Amino acid sequence: MYGFLRVLALLIIIGLIGLAGFWFVTRPDTLPDDTFTALSGDAEAGEAVFWAGGCASCHAAPGAEGDEERLVLAGGQTFATEFGSFVAPNISPTEAGIAGWSVDDLGNAMMRGVSPEGQHYYPAFPYTSYSRAAPQDIADLHAFLQTLPASDVANQPHDIGFPFSIRRLLGGWKMLFFRDDWVVTDVAADDVARGRYLVESLGHCSECHTPRNAIGGLDKGRWMAGAPSPDGKGKVPAITPDALDWSAGDIAAYLETGFTPEFDSAGGEMAEVVQNLSHLPKSDLEAIAAYLKVLPAGE
Amino acid sequence: MTKLYTGLLIAGLCLSGAAQAESHMDEKALNAAVTARQSTMKLYAFNLGILGTMAKGQAEYNAEAATAAASNLVKLSSQDQMAYWPQGSDNASIENTKALPAMWENMDDVGAANAKLEEAAVAMEAAAGTDLASLQGAMGGLGGACGGCHKSYRESDN
Repeated sequence: MYGFLRVLALLIIIGLIGLAGFWFVTRPDTLPDDTFTALSGDAEAGEAVFWAGGCASCHAAPGAEGDEERLVLAGGQTFATEFGSFVAPNISPTEAGIAGWSVDDLGNAMMRGVSPEGQHYYPAFPYTSYSRAAPQDIADLHAFLQTLPASDVANQPHDIGFPFSIRRLLGGWKMLFFRDDWVVTDVAADDVARGRYLVESLGHCSECHTPRNAIGGLDKGRWMAGAPSPDGKGKVPAITPDALDWSAGDIAAYLETGFTPEFDSAGGEMAEVVQNLSHLPKSDLEAIAAYLKVLPAGE
Repeated sequence: MTKLYTGLLIAGLCLSGAAQAESHMDEKALNAAVTARQSTMKLYAFNLGILGTMAKGQAEYNAEAATAAASNLVKLSSQDQMAYWPQGSDNASIENTKALPAMWENMDDVGAANAKLEEAAVAMEAAAGTDLASLQGAMGGLGGACGGCHKSYRESDN
């Protein structure tokens, strides 16, 4: 009897250590407290961050057309994935949205995937790319978001099956796949460096153009090598130089107008991306093209 | 009695043959409509190419040629295209098209998108002959207008 109790106690201790380990490993990790201390946000500069980040593509109301409607970030678009169905939240400056969020809250959401309540976000929200953002850009975006129209549309819950419904597990997922270093490390020219920032961080291009493994982590060995469409219909094309032989000028013009070198036009999600990117200065679109041109071959 | 059965059988065969011929005709007509609209798309692309290569500096700016191309876009976008897009010519029903069934469920939206394309073409017609900077400024409007339909109603690249 005594021996049995000892084994039981041992098992409980091992279990508790395991639980503590799980709790430690999966804890939401936030930015250093002083990340934004010395910074002040400029709303005008924040508008460019907003369009580069493509915020409206997911957070505008379903069916919103044109810039005026797309600046009302009411949320409500649904994104079907193999893990379940995600609904974009309201991020307009109201109680139903993100009124009251500090710049640190926005920073932790975008750069760490952690909510103001200290919970993990699902990576349908591309903090896996925004993690590389410059804190000044976050501060500017924070200022810009305050200037946008208010919407009182209430948030809808995601529809996620077990076990993905346990947010704490995302801590483990983040340990495996969440990074904030650059994927392409050799950027000699200034325009390539700027392009890398726009593509790998704000533009979050890899989230669709790079294939994923079975549990949703990006396969960085096939960076931008094309992937099945996240919604399961069709394919997202490879944009490495071996697959996309357009000139840098043609790529920049495509991102500005949506016209391919054959004068077909962008469709699907990419039409929306072009709608966002057409707000950026030409030099930024040329920088994106310069970066794409130095990517290693996809396969 | 046997004669009656034979007669019914022959009549039945004739009818099913006729029905087959009719559906065959339908498919031919549907394919002709697809060819018509794809031809229109090619004419868009050709004229957009004249303007776009000038905009990108790949061809020398020529006010007259640019205006002619823009005028063609205005004419193309003001066609009555109803007959090009018959019911049953979506990509779930026939081959060789990327037109999604959603298009036929949202014809009001499609009509509005086409009206925007016509507006953008008229704006280009005014801009194309002015100078290169005006032409370049009007390209994005045209691209956005094309995207107005391609975003929701054309199957994505695969």
